[in-house]
Amino acid sequence: MVNAWIVASLAAVVGGAVGFFVVMRGASFVAHAIPNGSFAGAAGATLVGASTIAGLGIFSVGGALGIGLLGRRGRRDVATALTLVFMLGLGALFLSLSAESSEAAYSLLFGEVLGISANEIVPTLALAVASLIVLGLLWRPLLLDSVLPERSSGRRLLAVDLAFLLLVAMTTTMTVPVVGTTLIFTLMIAPAAAARALTARPGVALALSSAVALVTVWGAIALSYTTNWPVGFFVGALGACAYAASHAAARSGDGGPGRTAGRG
Amino acid sequence: MSDEPQSTLTHAVPERAEPQVAGETVLELAGVTVELGARRILDDVGFRLKAGELTGLIGSNGAGKTTLLRVILGLLEPTRGTVTVNGADVGRSVGYVPQKFMLDPDLPVRARDLVALGIDGQRLGVARPSRERRERVARMLGAVGAADFADARVGRLSGGEQQRVLIAHALISHPSLLLLDEPLANLDLHSARAVVELLARIAREQRIAVMISAHEMNALLPVMDRVVYLADGRAACGRAEDVVRADVLSRLYGHRVEVIRAAGRVLVVAGEGDDAEPTHPHHLDAEEH
Amino acid sequence: MQALLHAIVEPGFFADGAVQTAAALGGVVAVVAGLIGVFTVIRSQAFAGHALSDIGSAGGSSAYLIGLAPLWGFVGISVLAAAAMERIGVQRARGRDVATGVVLGVGFALASLFLYLGMTYHNASGEIPTILFGSVFTLSASDLPLVMGLGAVALLVVLTLYRPLLLASVSPELAAARGVRVRLVGGAYLLALAITVALCDLTIGAILSTALLVGPAAAALRLTGRPHRAALLAAGISLACTWLGLLLAWDSFYWPPLRHGWPVSFFIVTLVLIAYLAAGALARGQTKRG
Ligand SMILES: Nc1ncnc2c1ncn2[C@@H]1O[C@H](COP(=O)(O)OP(=O)(O)OP(=O)(O)O)[C@@H](O)[C@H]1O
Ligand SMILES: [Mg+2]
Repeated sequence: MVNAWIVASLAAVVGGAVGFFVVMRGASFVAHAIPNGSFAGAAGATLVGASTIAGLGIFSVGGALGIGLLGRRGRRDVATALTLVFMLGLGALFLSLSAESSEAAYSLLFGEVLGISANEIVPTLALAVASLIVLGLLWRPLLLDSVLPERSSGRRLLAVDLAFLLLVAMTTTMTVPVVGTTLIFTLMIAPAAAARALTARPGVALALSSAVALVTVWGAIALSYTTNWPVGFFVGALGACAYAASHAAARSGDGGPGRTAGRG
Repeated sequence: MSDEPQSTLTHAVPERAEPQVAGETVLELAGVTVELGARRILDDVGFRLKAGELTGLIGSNGAGKTTLLRVILGLLEPTRGTVTVNGADVGRSVGYVPQKFMLDPDLPVRARDLVALGIDGQRLGVARPSRERRERVARMLGAVGAADFADARVGRLSGGEQQRVLIAHALISHPSLLLLDEPLANLDLHSARAVVELLARIAREQRIAVMISAHEMNALLPVMDRVVYLADGRAACGRAEDVVRADVLSRLYGHRVEVIRAAGRVLVVAGEGDDAEPTHPHHLDAEEH
Repeated sequence: MQALLHAIVEPGFFADGAVQTAAALGGVVAVVAGLIGVFTVIRSQAFAGHALSDIGSAGGSSAYLIGLAPLWGFVGISVLAAAAMERIGVQRARGRDVATGVVLGVGFALASLFLYLGMTYHNASGEIPTILFGSVFTLSASDLPLVMGLGAVALLVVLTLYRPLLLASVSPELAAARGVRVRLVGGAYLLALAITVALCDLTIGAILSTALLVGPAAAALRLTGRPHRAALLAAGISLACTWLGLLLAWDSFYWPPLRHGWPVSFFIVTLVLIAYLAAGALARGQTKRG
């Protein structure tokens, strides 16, 4: 239980922080596609007998590069969709060649927070610290390119974009075995969207996003522990509540969420 | 003069004898007030546009030009006041060229297709292709000088080229009123003159009331029959030589401004009078060169 | 000649009843997805289309929990999700992405709950691959009329709204100035998209649903600048990828590991990706020469 608490908190802090840029850059689809597609990596890993983490890592990085490079010429959402379905197609192939059990698939999709063991803490912590350091180093270029993509030269834009995608991939690798592909997606979107509606200052929004994610996860684990229902359900439900509440607050607070969010 | 109540400002300039080309009233605004949030963007604006006339809608950034055009189009409900198009309260015979149009470069829509959508883009179903329709589109493209790039994707044309295509799109349905929001902002001096002359010719020949918004009036001076000058949400309207005068504009801005005419150009600058207030210098910057 | 044909098409392909059904059903939905997909791509709603498919398959596979036929689970949930997206603001370019993401997150949350309940009370763990990948060709020939009917409804909506929808996709502002009710048109399109996606999920699976919706349309947009042509080309590419994928899947029974076919979805997805890349190369070649 304590292990689950620690690891899920790390996932929430990093997910909330990276999620701030996911929402700023309008990259929700990417945040869904990389974790979801990396499922194929886990399936492939079981097929060849490698470690799940390695499979997840390779596929999430591959997905990030695929989206970045395919999206360079053409539409981003098309590139994301095609990369995702190609990875899922590979996943279907791996699954058909091996005999992956449904329970394993379920835990990859929706996580098994409560079954986390102590030896998963150190690698998760290492990846979390690494993600936050990268985020800190890229803070200004990421912010600038999210607001004014026209300002940068093509080369630099691509480099920053790839760095961002790899950041999402890193977060995915770290959190998917723990909380599942769907949960990490929700953690990256809802808290950041809620934070953006409440404040126009980027630093505050990032901190708020991490905080909302943390509260969501803690609440979800506690509720899941008492009801025995899946954690993913509570994360999704609480995230949606946070989003709805913040937008209602922003609407009643000042001239509508559009203006606040637009400056965010 | 300055002790007159402000609400009469919009009608303060006496209407002169109508120019002989002017026809029936196409658009009439009366007492239009728009409040967005706590801010009053437009304050008791009223004027008329007549068929065959070209009117300039002049005002600096944020003066409310786009807001006023959106009210005329029915995209924005005024807080108070009435908009009457063509005598009827609602009339759809209005052509519009928006200020910001971000057309996607990948759109599978040629300049030709967009102009054809100007004929009946709001109707249900797929248009039946006909030779007459094709020729009508081709004539329109030729009239605005867009024939050379008629088969290119609209999203890949330059800003000025897109402008011409959008003018054709707006004109092909024979509107009685054509509204253009900052059509000259993207154009070099030469193209701006060509577009202005084209629009003036269209207004005269097709008996359309044309309204062009701009933050800078000099490009419009040679062809403008009438001007609606916006500042602080209020409007002064009439013929250019009656509105662009130190006394009228000073009253509109609420502090002294000077109007300097030199070499056929007009300059509106903050005046040095005793009641000159430095509180609105940005309104005047736009007019300086 | 005969030998060459046999090398490409393993014997029995055209005679097999299951293949005929799959080719007919797959063909119908491939064409519908290709046609509808052109608007999905130009309206930048690929994410919405994919999210509807994910949510729809989650709903479809949990429909049995309340004793509903899967088809109505798929269609009902997709339409509900589309309405929620419209409500939150999928029409605005700025908030679209987040609106889709939030609805998808809620959909996943509910899916995880239903699956959990299903596994606990109905021992239905076999449904999980269905959620991820959809059910590839589990429909029978008797479903063909229903599939065609729903496909026709989606096409009819888009054909009826063709001009206002195209204008609103070019520029909502221009459309609104002409009196088009932009939000209504966008909502109706989202409805057609939801029906299409549900249909695809049910017949060819969730992966292929997104692939056929987005890939052929995006490829077609690279090749032509005319709206009608783009739609027809997308339908053609979609159909070609589907049938060729079916053929390869049939052939793969004779590939290693023997007597164990490779999944159809893998082939179709790969073909769609190749078509997209080839269209890009072709378009670049044209502009260089032209
Ligand atoms: N939806 C809105 N809510 C609140 N205020 C608004 C809204 N839209 C516009 N405004 C404000 O109304 C004022 C007038 O805006 P408008 O776009 O009409 O100006 P404009 O004269 O067209 O300026 P520009 O020359 O820059 O295009 C601006 O100060 C703007 O901030
Ligand atoms: Mg404006």
